[in-house]
Amino acid sequence: MAHFASSSIRQASRLVPKKSLLSTSARRIPAISRGQAAASSLPPQSQTPSSPSSLRYLSVSARSSHASVQTDIDLDGKNVMDKMEKAAQLAANTAAGNAATQGGSDVAEALKQAHIDPGEGRPIYLDMQATTPLDPRALDAMLPFYTGIYGNPHSRTHAYGWESEKAVETARTHIAKLIGADPKEIIFTSGATESNNMSIKGVARFFSRSGKKKHIITTQTEHKCVLDSCRHLQDEGYDVTYLPVQQSGRINMEDLEAAIRPETCLVSIMAVNNEIGVIQPIEQIGKLCRENKVFFHTDAAQAVGKIPLDVNAMNIDLMSISSHKIYGPKGIGACYVRRRPRVRLDPIISGGGQERGLRSGTLAPALVVGFGEACRIAAEEMPYDTNHVKALSNRLLSGLLALEHTTQNGDPDHFYPGCVNVSFAYVEGESLLMALKDIALSSGSACTSASLEPSYVLRALGSSDESAHSSIRFGIGRFTTDAEVDYVLKAVRERVSFLRELSPLWELVQEGVDLNTIEWSQH
Amino acid sequence: MSSVTALRGEAAQQARSLYRQLLRQSTQFAAYNFRDYAHRRTRDSFRENAGETDLRRVQEMLQRGLKELQLLKRQAVISQFYKSDALVVEASQNAGKHIGEKGDVIRQ
Repeated sequence: MAHFASSSIRQASRLVPKKSLLSTSARRIPAISRGQAAASSLPPQSQTPSSPSSLRYLSVSARSSHASVQTDIDLDGKNVMDKMEKAAQLAANTAAGNAATQGGSDVAEALKQAHIDPGEGRPIYLDMQATTPLDPRALDAMLPFYTGIYGNPHSRTHAYGWESEKAVETARTHIAKLIGADPKEIIFTSGATESNNMSIKGVARFFSRSGKKKHIITTQTEHKCVLDSCRHLQDEGYDVTYLPVQQSGRINMEDLEAAIRPETCLVSIMAVNNEIGVIQPIEQIGKLCRENKVFFHTDAAQAVGKIPLDVNAMNIDLMSISSHKIYGPKGIGACYVRRRPRVRLDPIISGGGQERGLRSGTLAPALVVGFGEACRIAAEEMPYDTNHVKALSNRLLSGLLALEHTTQNGDPDHFYPGCVNVSFAYVEGESLLMALKDIALSSGSACTSASLEPSYVLRALGSSDESAHSSIRFGIGRFTTDAEVDYVLKAVRERVSFLRELSPLWELVQEGVDLNTIEWSQH
Repeated sequence: MSSVTALRGEAAQQARSLYRQLLRQSTQFAAYNFRDYAHRRTRDSFRENAGETDLRRVQEMLQRGLKELQLLKRQAVISQFYKSDALVVEASQNAGKHIGEKGDVIRQ
């Protein structure tokens, strides 16, 4: 227990110099406990760099709270409070000296104890924006292609090739039907990232050949792969406009209209945002682009199969689709490329000329068939799934917003209900994620979940650093159950209040102090 | 007229039998989420179409239901080969017991 307590203090001491809001503030406020004060006055050489790097960014309150929340779970029925008190005492008394002499292994030991016993069960999956489970029906369609049917779909000379090709074409039809396209307009790729790259770079490079059209418009809240493709093109000499978004997360149509120039070749705006679930006015954007004779690309990875989309009604010229976001297999996606009026692309991958020469390489029939089946199911089940997701989402959202000082991020009127992004003020998102070990959640996109930077999407909405840091995304899908949502609500409610109890900032707020009026002293 | 009634009675009997089989089969999924979905989807689609009177539509749906039943059987077996730990929510619901474990499930 002594190790446990003192090492958590040591962690606290390490954390203080980091640029965490809570820790800096903890240092400056005289009202905090002696243990923390003593810890923060430690000399800098006591900061051992040997601990796991992910812990270093957590704030004081977050660190200690994490440990105790976990103990709470662990010691169900045992004398938790007693242990907690002891820990606090030890922390206060033995703080500095003891802490400085501890070895790195003790930290690891304490951490091990602090985690939930894996025997308790697998966490609830609530990160449907990152990926979705493979639907058993899709798997059932795929299995024959992993066992008996192994022909190359591009082999035209024998029956093995024909049967694979037939299955691929059927799948293509299912995908086309889901978005109201012609099967010939569907190009299979490895996923939405490749589709985005292919669309943006392809169109830009093709049209820059004539040397005139060298301008691209996108938004600040796009997925990383769109932003990075644009950044790449900027290095090649293209001009890119990153449109700001309103506080709701939607773009302003006047901004877009103003940004379109005669030399603009492409507008790329995502349909449903992956972090806040905001749905952009795709139809209006499509109309505007068509009027100005600019190609319109939309990243619909999060939208296809979840909200109704029609490429013709919405005037979409290029669309990125991902299979693993709609309960299909990972490793496959598609790009819709309009044929009339024809969109010309410079292919990124050249080779045997498969897929109209836009994406050479042998297709994976099993993945394609799984993807096609997932699309067929999505089209068929859309009303049922929408009802289910909406009901669960309302339940979750109303439960979460019933907590004090919580806000929903994004436009409450135009968002996909399966993506609920909520800010819990005065709780650090990362520490809440740690406390909610029994629920698989994320604070933002999976691509950026390794870094502890606040989400750039939330920053683009104008959220403060604190608010962006305290946001968590809940993803609800086809296979989420009522019992899971209830469990999550209960767990979040308990642990948010627990974490807040430990926060000195929360104490101040409860006393009625406006945090913005406090002048934090220099350090 | 009487033959139509007889046919209708037969279809209703078939539907009830299929419903029972589907529900029973859905409990065989090892994965909690799929098990719950299979159960929920079966129940909801039968309820939705309970009032269907067009015999041809009924026959069509029965055929589809039979296909789904075959699929459920295959996938339930696969899920039992590669099953993972129970979810936390299952543990709290059934005090550590598995829903599907009624003695007749073969676990690998």
